[in-house]
Formats: sequence, C-alpha cells, structure tokens
Amino acid sequence: MELVYAICVGFMSTCGIFLMLRGHTFTLVIGLTLLSYAVNLFLFASGGLTIGAPAVLSSSENHADPLPQALVLTAIVIGFAMTAFAVILAMRGRADLGSDHVDGIEPFDPLAEDKS
Amino acid sequence: MHYFWVPFLPMLGIIVPLFANKLNRSACTLATALLPALALCFIFLDLPAVLAGESFSKSIEWIPQLGLALSFRLDGLAALFSILILGIGLLVILYARYYLSEKDHMGRFYCYLIMFMAAMLGIVMSNNMLQLWFYWELTSISSFLLIGFWSHNSDARKGARMALTITGAGGLALLAGIILLGQVVGSYELDVVLNSGELVKQSPYYIAILSLFLIGAFTKSAQFPFHFWLPHAMAAPTPVSAYLHSATMVKAGIFLLARFYPVLAGTETWFVVVSLTGLFTMLLGAYTALFKHDLKGLLAYSTISHLGLIVLLLGLNTELAAIAAIFHIMNHAVFKASLFMAAGIIDHESGSRDMRKINGLWKYMPITATLAMVASASMAGVPLLNGFLSKEMFFAETLEQSILGSMSWLIPVLATIAAAFSVAYSLRFIHDVFFNGEPKGLTKTPHEPPRYMRVPVEILVTICLLVGIFPNYTIGPLLQSTSLAVLNHTLPEYSLAIWHGLNLPLLMSGVAIMGGVAIYLNRKHLFKFAGMFPDIDAKLVFEDCIQACVTWAQKITMILENGSLQRYAFCLCFFALLLIAPPLFELDTTRGSLPGTPLNAAVLVAAILIIAGSLATIIWSHYRLIALLMLSLVGLVVSITFAYFSAPDLALTQLSVEIVTVILLLLALYFFPQQTPTSKSRPSHFVRDLTVASFIGCIIGSICFALMTHPLDSISAFFLANAKTGGGGTNVVNVILVDFRGFDTFGEITVLGIAALGIHKLIARMRLSVRTKDYAGRLWAKDKYPVLLSVVSQSLLPLFLLISAYIFMRGHNLPGGGFIAGLITSIALIQQYLAHGVDWMAKRVSVSYHYMIAIGLTIAGLTGLGSWIFDRPFLTSWFEYVSLPWIGKFELASALVFDIGVYFTVIGATLLILASLGKLTTTERLTVGER
Repeated sequence: MELVYAICVGFMSTCGIFLMLRGHTFTLVIGLTLLSYAVNLFLFASGGLTIGAPAVLSSSENHADPLPQALVLTAIVIGFAMTAFAVILAMRGRADLGSDHVDGIEPFDPLAEDKS
Repeated sequence: MHYFWVPFLPMLGIIVPLFANKLNRSACTLATALLPALALCFIFLDLPAVLAGESFSKSIEWIPQLGLALSFRLDGLAALFSILILGIGLLVILYARYYLSEKDHMGRFYCYLIMFMAAMLGIVMSNNMLQLWFYWELTSISSFLLIGFWSHNSDARKGARMALTITGAGGLALLAGIILLGQVVGSYELDVVLNSGELVKQSPYYIAILSLFLIGAFTKSAQFPFHFWLPHAMAAPTPVSAYLHSATMVKAGIFLLARFYPVLAGTETWFVVVSLTGLFTMLLGAYTALFKHDLKGLLAYSTISHLGLIVLLLGLNTELAAIAAIFHIMNHAVFKASLFMAAGIIDHESGSRDMRKINGLWKYMPITATLAMVASASMAGVPLLNGFLSKEMFFAETLEQSILGSMSWLIPVLATIAAAFSVAYSLRFIHDVFFNGEPKGLTKTPHEPPRYMRVPVEILVTICLLVGIFPNYTIGPLLQSTSLAVLNHTLPEYSLAIWHGLNLPLLMSGVAIMGGVAIYLNRKHLFKFAGMFPDIDAKLVFEDCIQACVTWAQKITMILENGSLQRYAFCLCFFALLLIAPPLFELDTTRGSLPGTPLNAAVLVAAILIIAGSLATIIWSHYRLIALLMLSLVGLVVSITFAYFSAPDLALTQLSVEIVTVILLLLALYFFPQQTPTSKSRPSHFVRDLTVASFIGCIIGSICFALMTHPLDSISAFFLANAKTGGGGTNVVNVILVDFRGFDTFGEITVLGIAALGIHKLIARMRLSVRTKDYAGRLWAKDKYPVLLSVVSQSLLPLFLLISAYIFMRGHNLPGGGFIAGLITSIALIQQYLAHGVDWMAKRVSVSYHYMIAIGLTIAGLTGLGSWIFDRPFLTSWFEYVSLPWIGKFELASALVFDIGVYFTVIGATLLILASLGKLTTTERLTVGER
C-alpha cells in the first residue's frame, strides 16, 4: 500500500510541477493546486498510514499520528489562501497587462482571439 | 589619553563647513580649521609619552563575536602620520582659502576635505583591522569626491572615477586579506596581530594574505602596474593634490606596509615582490616625470617615483632600510606638499601649468620662485635639505643588498640612475618655470600671490631647511619612536648626520647630481627620443576596459535574467532538483525495515482515480474548464484518502476547502480565456519541463516511500498522552491546533487574514472585460439565479448553520473545530451568493468581512493575552467541567474561545475573497450588457 501511495504522491507532484512550468497563469494555478495536494499527502504520510484508528482518544487502542494531521490541516487552509491569492494576482496581471502569460506578453504572436 | 578623541574631532568637523559656509570666506576657513587644530593639540599633548617609547590603545567592544570594536591606538607611527595629516591638512585649509574662486562652493570643498582628513586619521589610528578597512574605504570615497570636485569638468569626473575604481578594488582585496589574516591570528585587534608575525609567516595562507595586502597597498600608493590613476587625479583642485598626493592618500598604502611590517615582512617573497615593484615604479616615475609638460603632471610622476623609492626601502631586508623609508615618508610629504602648493600658486597667478608657456617667472614672483627652488632642491636631494638626508640613507641601504644574488650591484646602480632623473626633473621644474626666457602666450601677467597663500609654502620650506640642517634636534626623536613602532623591537644603530665622511653613498649622490645636470642639458635629444613612442592615454584604455566589463556583465545578466518568469520557475525547479537529489544517493535502499500494509481494492481504485485525474488534468489542460473538473476529482479522492487513513479532521477540511477552491477557480475562469492557446509551447520546452518535473516527482515519491517504511521516533506520543489531561480534549488534532501549537495557529489565521485583505486590494479597481459567449460560441445562460437553486439553498441555510455549530462545539473532543465549522458556514453563505447574487446578499448581510477578520483575530489574540492576567505564558489554556441543571455536565475551555476566533477569521477571509470576486462578475457583467 505504501508503494502505491508513494507513486500517487510522486505522480501528482510531477503533474503539478509540469503544469506550473507552463506559460499561462490559469494552468499555473491548477498546477499549484495539484502540487499542494501532493505536498499535503506527503506531509500526512510522514506519520505513517493507519487505518481505522483516528487520533481521537478512547475511540480505539492505537491512534494515528496526530501531529502531521494538525500540520496538514492548517496547510490546507493556508494553501487555499495561497491559491486564491495566486489566481487573483493572475487576474490582475491579465487586467493590467492584457495577457494571461506569466511573462506579461505572449512569446510568439500577440493574443488575437482572447482580447475582446 | 587625549588621543582617543583625535579621530572623532574631524568626524565632527565634517559638518562645520556646511554651516560656516554662510559666513565670509575667512571665517569659514577659521571655523573649519578649529577642530583639526584642536585634534593636533591633543596629539602634541600625548606626544612626549609616545616619544618616550610608549604606545597607547583603547577599545570599546561593539560586536565581539565578529571581532568588531571601536578601537584606537597611538604609537610612533600613528603619531607621525597624524601630525602629517593634521599639520599639512591645516596648511591646505589655509591655502585653499585663497586658491578657491568665488564660484567654487567653499563649504562643500572643506566638508570633503575634512571627511578625508577624518578617514586618514582613522586609518593611522585604528587598532582594529576591520575598522581600519572601513576608514580605508572612506578615503577612497572622499578622495573620489575631492578629485571630482570640479564636476563640470569631464577630466575631473573621469579621473575621479578611475581613482575610485582602482583604489576601491584594491580596498576589496585588502578586506579579503584582513579577513584571512584575522582568521589565521584569531583576532582583528592590531595589538594581537602585530605580535603574531611568526604565526602568520608559517601559515599556509601567508602568500594569499601578502598578495591581497600588497594589492591593497600598491593600488592606493600608485605602484606599478596600478600607478596610472595618479596622474589623472591631477584634475583635482591643487590643494587636493597637495594634500592627497603628497602627504596622505598615497601614503596610506605605504602606511599599510609599514604598519604590517612586523607581521608580513621578513620573508623572501616580501623582499622580492616589494623591492622590485618599488624599484621599477621609481625608475618609471622618474623617467616619465621628465617629459611631462604639465607642472602637476611632472609632480605626479615624481610622486610615483618617490613612492616607489619608499616601497623599495620597505622591501629591502635590513631594518635600517625601514627607518630610511619612514624618514623619507616625512621628507617627501613636506617638500612635495610645498611643491604642489607652489605649482598651484603659479597656475593661479599666471593662468597656466604648461611649462612650454610659463618661463622666466623669477621676475614676476621672486619669493614664490625661491621657495619652490628650495623645495625642488630638496626633492633632488641637494645637501643641507631634508631630501638629501633620506636619500643618503637610501643609497647606503641599496649597497647592502643581496636579494638579486650576484646581480645585486644592479640595485644601487639603478637607484643612482633614478636619482639622476629625479635631479633632472627637479632642475627642469626650476629652470623651465623660473628662467629660460620669457612667458609665452599667457592670458594674464603673473604676479605674487596674496600674502597668506604663501604662508603654508613658507612653513613647509622652513621645515625642509630645519630638518636638513639640524636633523637630530628636529626630527630625531619622532623618527626613533616611529621606527620602534614599525620594527616592533629594539632599534639598530643609525645616525642622522649631514656629513658621514667621504663614502660610497656620498659618491652616489654626487654622481646623481652630475648625471641629472647632464641629462637636463641634453634634454632636447631625450625629448626627441621620447617623442618617438606612441602616447598611450591610460584614460582611454581604462574606459575601454570598463566598457568591456559592462558589456560582458550585461551579456551574463541577459543569460541569467532575461525577464521570463517561466524560465525562472524552471531554474528554480532545476536547482531544487540538484540540491535534493545528492543526499538521496547516500541512502542505501528506499524500502525501510517497517512491514508494509497490505494493499486492498479500495486503495487501488483510489490510486487509479488519482493518477487518471492528474493525467487528465495535464492532457486537457488546454480546455481549462475540463482541467478544473479533473482537478476537483483529484481533490475529492484526496479527501477520501484522508478519511480512509484515520484523519477525519483532514477529510472534512479538505472537502470543504475543495468546494471553496473550485467555486473560486470557476469564478476566476469567467475572466480568463476558456482555452489555453495550443501552438505557443515550444516542443523543446515541453520535453525539458517534463523531464525536470518527472525527476522531482520521482524524488518526492522516493522520499515519501522511504519516510513511510523507515522507523520514525516522533514526538506525537507526548500529544497523545497529554491531550486529555493538559488540554482537556480527546480530539488530539484539534487540541494541538488550539492548545499545544496555538501560537502557530494564531500565526496561520493571521496569514489567512492578510492574504484575504491583499486579494481584496488586488481586486479593487481591477478592470477586466469578459466575453458574452463561451469558447464554443454559446451565450451564457440567461437564467442568472435559477429558482430551484434559490429555494433549495435558502431552505438549506439553517441546516448548514446548525451543522457548523455542531461541528464547532464537538471539535474539542470529536472531529471538527473552528477551521472546519468556519469553512462550512462559508460554503453555506457562498451558496446564497450563488443563488441570489451579490446585491441580494448585500441587503441582508450587513456585516463587513474585513471586520469579521479583525474580530476573529482580536478574539484569538485576546484569549492568548488573557493568560497573562494569571501570570501564565501567552496562550496558556484553561478548562473546567461545570454542571448546570437540565443541561448536565459540560466543559468550559479557553481553547474554545480561541477556536471562535479561528472560526470568524476563516469565515471573514473566505467570504472576503469570494464576495469581492463575485461582486466583480456582477459589475462587469452589467457593463458588458450595456455595451
């Protein structure tokens, strides 16, 4: 199971980073979100994988590691704030620069059809 | 202990001229001279003790860990230089009063001059090497300002820039040398360093330290091959040349060599490098000086030559040579300052410095002529003048040399040749300027300068004579204490007599004088010979080099920094990869010793969904809506994963965040093009990015696997054991958030609030046009607020709020808490926005979300502060079980109040983000509709 989990995390990171390296801001934000999923799963896994034993006392004998869970919980919320900031910044960039390319201009030909 | 104030007085004096500038010129001069004069008095007060062989030092610690301290010392060497700096400085101040014209800003000039004086004093009196370096750089900067004082003049600007570049670069080398030396010795204090000579010379870094120090000293003291800046610095006003290029700035390098003589000198490398550099510079300067038609050019090259002489002396391996060097430092400062001043008078009163024009000035300014002639004679080394004495000592020392082995006889011979040239150019200075016919083509008739302009020259020339005739009474004691400071141990025997009997040095002096006369008489042939060589303008060469450097730097910058964020993002990932990969190679196997959990069908299905979802996000990334849907699929599976692996809190959070994120991205997509242009991505970039992303993915996956399979000793047991007893809750995750790590959570909700406010500001006044159709040309739905959605969402609202209250209340003991409850409430409200629109909501929800963030943070903060009332650290929690009739036993905890703060901040932040964005869609839609 650990192997499958690790493969999933690795694959999501690959997809996330690949999308983040694309030139358009919206794709970048999607990549960022995907990468933050992967990172959350990665951090979560540092406490090991436990089934059926939540970190609620008196529910069972064993407990999952609560510390990574607490870290990831705030990470999820902060991750949302970051994604939101990135996407709004991208919108502002498009509003002010007239392009949704990360460099501010399209590398080859100017945005023809999208400018209305 | 007056000396400690000496460096501070001129520091203070920097501002005096700026205020005194409003007074008349003489008053301004007087005010400026006051503090340096006081400093000089302080030196004289301490002088008797110094002459008796004492040396003082005092330091005030600043950052002892870094070896930084405010530390000054006064020994013979520092005293000698201080007297030169302050004494000649005062004369220059007086001289400049008459030299500067009405148009020149006198206050500014004096300000720079005093700044320079303060910096020089700092160098010579510093007892800490880093502090010395600081002053060293300050001299570079203030000399830049002084040389470029006439900034309207292009030559002045270029000369200043050149001087700054060369001396500044040398300063950096010196800093490196100082740090290395400090590391070797273990201290930056000179007291310690000067007594660690043997340690340094045996260190493997000795050569490096020596080279760096020599670069610093040679650039400052204009030694070959760094000598070329000095002649160009002659574009400065003459008082500056008289000060900087005779007594101070160029002597700073020599001072450095003398100061570190006990530490660095005494090895074969030192003798060879220092003496040969000095010898060559001396010859080059003396030869070139003869052919300069500019009066100050001649003096500049003569300065280079004399500096070479002093450096040569410091490089000779006898202690007497070092004493001779110190003696010549004083003598050269005195006669060269007076010569520069005389040149300035001539320039000032005749309007030219060109020796082809100014001839026969004897008739017009006999007193100045006499003074200049005496000073020139001293420069030439004529008996009964101070220059003669040190030159005799110099000749005597060159005879004692063995550094060139059997060819060592070359040194005295070359020294005599250089001295002959020195006599020749001194003769030219006298004959060409004051005799040799009549002035040609001068714009004004030369005349004597104002009475007091000549006073500084008179004083200096008198010193030349006094030292030359009565050396033992005038300079003897100071020379002795200075030599003691330089050599750092007992002095060898030496005598300062004018007459040592008929010996070889006297013969060399005689030969040099005769030779000089002979060279001068045959100057026509020599000028013709020198004229055959192309005249290389160092300024042009220098500017070309600088330009080449700039071009080169621009090219490199363009390679590294071409303005493409996409490229930076790639570089970031690439270098992150390079950094994280190597440690992994040291791990033997990825799989650790822990037994794995068996795989089951549910996990396999989830894994397939995640991989398929991620893959689909990439494949359809051009169709942004589809990519977004695929992304939300992945997010959903992630929350299920959390639920499956015993993290109900995470699952709930992820699920609610997922909803908010997708709504946010959908709203944003409304303003973006619906599709990414496909043809824009270069295939090579595609491969490049995919490779790097894959490698990083592999590494993250491997680390993740290794982390899960290796045994791990974590601090979690503490939290599990203390959650109930210490925090009063059974949901350990929530107790960690609001109690154990409450301060972190407080920081995190603050960040959340800041992000929301930032977004709000970004959205404000954003002008974005939206299209009325989607990418396939379909119009947007006309039904803005579907009835079904309105009705259902409205009736669901109380239920939502009830659930969130329930989730909130139970959070301390069962999965839930402020974060999740806040998100659920936010979703409920967002749903109302979606169903009814911003305007409908604005009428019903009067609270501003800014305030909600503020209230939330205040509640959380005050809860934390509350524990101070009970003398506990910030955010210490309190809980108690109470029973009330009908309700029964329940828990009251301060952590719950903190969680309310979290709850409000989350609602405020989420809704501020989404409502601001939602409002934008409404207003924008209206403007488009009107069009």
